[in-house]
Order: sequence, then C-alpha cells, then structure tokens
Amino acid sequence: MNTQAQQEIIEEFALFDDWMDKYEHLIGLGKSLPLISDQYKTDEFLIKGCQSKVWLRADQKEGRVYYSADSDAIITKGIVSVLIRAFSGLSAQDIVKAPTDFIKEIGLSDHLSPTRANGLVSMIKQMKLYATAFAAQNNA
Amino acid sequence: MCKSDLTCRPMGFSIDNIRADFPILHRQVNGKPLVYFDNAATSQKPQQVIDALVHYYSHQNANIHRGVHALSQEATDAYEAARDLIQSFFNAKHREEIILTSGTTHSINLVAHGYRSLLSQGDEIIVGQAEHHSNIVPWQMACDLTGAILRVLPMDQNGQLKLDDFQNLLNTKTKLVVVNQVSNALGTINPIKTIIDLAHKQGARVLIDGAQASSHIKVDVHALDVDYYTTSAHKMCGPTGVGMLYGKKELLEALPAYQGGGEMIKEVYFEGTTYAGLPHKFEAGTPNIAGGIAFGAAIKYLNSIGLDAIAKHEDELLQYATAGLKDIDDLIIYGDVPDKTAVISFNINGLHPYDVGTLLDQMGIAVRTGQHCAQPVMDFYGIPGTVRASFAFYNTKEEIDLLISGVRRAVSMLL
Ligand SMILES: Cc1ncc(COP(=O)(O)O)c(C=O)c1O
Repeated sequence: MNTQAQQEIIEEFALFDDWMDKYEHLIGLGKSLPLISDQYKTDEFLIKGCQSKVWLRADQKEGRVYYSADSDAIITKGIVSVLIRAFSGLSAQDIVKAPTDFIKEIGLSDHLSPTRANGLVSMIKQMKLYATAFAAQNNA
Repeated sequence: MCKSDLTCRPMGFSIDNIRADFPILHRQVNGKPLVYFDNAATSQKPQQVIDALVHYYSHQNANIHRGVHALSQEATDAYEAARDLIQSFFNAKHREEIILTSGTTHSINLVAHGYRSLLSQGDEIIVGQAEHHSNIVPWQMACDLTGAILRVLPMDQNGQLKLDDFQNLLNTKTKLVVVNQVSNALGTINPIKTIIDLAHKQGARVLIDGAQASSHIKVDVHALDVDYYTTSAHKMCGPTGVGMLYGKKELLEALPAYQGGGEMIKEVYFEGTTYAGLPHKFEAGTPNIAGGIAFGAAIKYLNSIGLDAIAKHEDELLQYATAGLKDIDDLIIYGDVPDKTAVISFNINGLHPYDVGTLLDQMGIAVRTGQHCAQPVMDFYGIPGTVRASFAFYNTKEEIDLLISGVRRAVSMLL
C-alpha cells in the first residue's frame, strides 16, 4: 500500500502528460529543495553509484525520521526531493516497510534500473538503511 | 564492382544509402527518432556485419584450427580471412603480427602482463595524461609488481600533450611510452608519429591505444613504425567482444605468453610445455569466431565507403556542430583544437552534464555524460564530467540541428 504522501505524489505527477512538463516540475522541485549545510557535504553522507553527487542525511525526532539532501545536479535534486517527501516524517519502522512502486507510477521508472547512472536505487537504499538503523536503535 | 574484398574501393558517398544499411538508425527512442551521438562509446552496426554473424552461426559454426572436417576448415578459413583483412587495413607487414583479442582492454592487458617480466625496479613507463582508464590501470599493476615507475606526460589546457615535457621525461630508463592516438574524452588527435620517433631515439618502445582512431583516421602501423597498436572492433562498426593487438613480430616473439590453454601450445607434457608460434601463442582457448569474422565484415564495410570519405563527412559534421554549439551562451568546449576527430566534449557554465544529458535523452538524442573513463582529464579541468557528443559517418546535419536546438531547450529548462 502506498503511503498518503506517495499517493499525493502520484496524483501530482498524473497531471503531466508530456515529458517536458514532468521534468520542468522535477527541476522546480530540485531548485526549491532546502539545502543541507555544507558541513554535511562530506564523503560520510555521499551516496556512491551516482553520476551526480548526492548527499543525504537523516535525523530522528520524536519517533519520526526526517531526511535532508543535496546534489550537484538539479534533476537529481528533484528526484531526491520527491523521495524525501515520500518518506520523511514517517516512523523508522514504516519507512523500512514502505513500498517503492510509486516511482513506477509517476513515470520515473526509466531511472530505476540499477545500472542507470543517476542512482535512484542507491538513494532509496540509503534512505531505507538510515531507517533500519533508527529502528534497530529504537528497539535496543 | 569490387572484384576482391581487398581491392574494394569507395563508390561515392551517399548518406541515404549508408543510413539504409543501419537498421537501428530507424528506430525511435522516447517517442522520437533516435539521434545517436554516442559513437565514441560504440558505433552502430550495418546489416552487412549483422549478416556476417548470422551467416556464421547459421551455416559455418564449428570450432576452428582443430577439426579435419569440412565445416571446421570453412570456419577456420573465414576467421583467418578476417585476420588478413585486418592486416591489410592497418598495413602490417606480417599476418602473424595481428593478434585477435576481445578488445582494446584485453590487448593492453596482454602487453602489460608480458612487461611484468620485462620491467625491472626503477624502469620507467610514460603514460599520457588523457588516457582511458584501460591504458592506465594495467600499467599501474605492472609497475606495482616490478618496482617500475609510471611517469605522466602532461597535457595543456586544450588537451594537447606537451611535447617539450616529453623530451624531458624521456631518459635511458624509459622502457615504454603508452598514449592514445585520439583521446576518448576530448577527441584530440595526438602527434603519435613524433612521439614514436622521439621514443625510439631513446630506445623506448611505444604502445598506441587506437580505440578512438581506427575508424576515423587511416592508420599504417608500418609507416608509423609503432611497436604495439590496439583497437576494438565495436568502435569500427564491428561486434563487441573482439579487437586487435598489432605488435612487431620480433617484439611479440619476445613477449611472454599471457593466458595459457588450448590453441596457444605446441606440445604439452607435465614436465613442460612449448608454445605455438604467432599469432596463436597469444590466442589461448576458443576465440570469438563469429566476432572475428564479423570484424572482417566491418573492415570490408569501412573500406567500401573509404576512410577518406568518412573523415571528410565527419569533419563537416564536427565543424557544423562546433559552430552551432559555440553560439550558445556560456558553452565551453574542452579540447577545441583543429586536430581532432568528430567528438565535442562540452559543458554549459553552471549546469551539470548529467542534467543536460538526461533532458537530451528525453528528446531522443543519445550523448554520453560523465567522466568517460578518463577521470584524470576531468580532474585536470576540475569538473565532474562533460557532455560528449560524438559523430559518425552515418550522422547528418539535420541531426546536429536537433542536438543544438535540444541543448538550447535543455538550457532554458535548467537555468
Ligand atoms: C581511448 C580508449 N581506450 C580504450 C578503450 C577501451 O575499449 P574496450 O572497452 O573496447 O576494451 C576505449 C573505449 O571506450 C577508448 O575509448
């Protein structure tokens, strides 16, 4: 089952019937993504396997996980901002369990193949890894 | 009409006829007609080459060099005929100087592996700054094992090797110089004849990585007096998984064997084995028979158009595209020099190459983005990568118009 945020994203992207509109939207999202401060743009937060650089970090506050990210490429920033909206604010447990089918439904699945240079797969993996770590901490 | 494959000569350059030979050029990508500008990564294949693969598997499939039966003989003849075509294409003196490999990477590793036994502590190898990783890493491995030292021949801001520095780098310890003929990241052509002559004066050997050159520039290994020359069929309209190492006969004879196995031996006893002569000494195991035969078909195809006609058309495309792209504000071309093949490596100030490439892909235009397996070049310019458009003789000015308007459109979306 999609989360509520995922459902909203699907509906939002359904409005575009043309690739240009969709990418313009992604670019807009990329430009408005809140930046993470430069102190986090280090190797520790860098996701490997992307042609563009992506830095991603996560915090847990009051039982919910919040992500922030940045990238040197705008489209990648747009993609990561969609992912953040889909997962941020959920509990670590829910993020671990959350499906990722919505990526296909919004027509970004051509970015999904693991060999695709933009590393969408690596980003999702990293988000889930953070959530898994928080979940383990919470249980300990 | 061509009487024999070896004397087959150009019949005039007709872009429509040429494009008709390439089935893939007629497909769509992302709902748009494909504009294929990633030729430096791999070229497309004409029907003649595809047919050669199908013909072999449909009618001739047998293992070669070992059967007494007719089919094996036929397959062997077809495979060895390809070697002859390659020999004459590169003007090697002897057919056994042509080693069929799986590609440039394999060819370079074969030589570098042999050099593990020929290098000693303190010996030096000079490597160009703009090499593909496959012409860097095998040498690093050889140096690690032997204590030899890798010296970098620097390039200038335009991607041209600094020949003055080369003279200074060369010394009595220099055993080998390894550079590409054409840089895959920039398309710049290196003055390999000068490099070879200077190196020889010092008694050093030279390996030229010709992967980016051999389908664009007429190469005469004999006239160049080059010691080793490598290329990949897939960049020359041939299939993937097959390529060539040319080496001077006396050098290949002295070079230790690479892989051991069948085909490469004369006699095997548990007490010791004697190796087969060239070229088989370096061709262990069942080779890519279909690929080798189709490599021959690719060479025939290139000959039928003619490298001169190919170079002329590609140069027109290069000039046309360079002028059009330069009109775009803040567009920087790396390696913008007169001596280059039809490759344009560029960035638009402030835009990530990945963003530009992604949008072009949506328009059906295939370019390469990133480091192009040449990280030292990107580090030199201090950039994450470039957008690389590389043209082939089957591309057209109309396609370049689409590239230029596509880049403009991408810029307006991204800025
Ligand atoms: C200059 C150069 N050298 C070596 C290679 C490696 O060729 P292959 O992958 O066919 O072995 C390439 C291919 O990209 C190249 O462009």
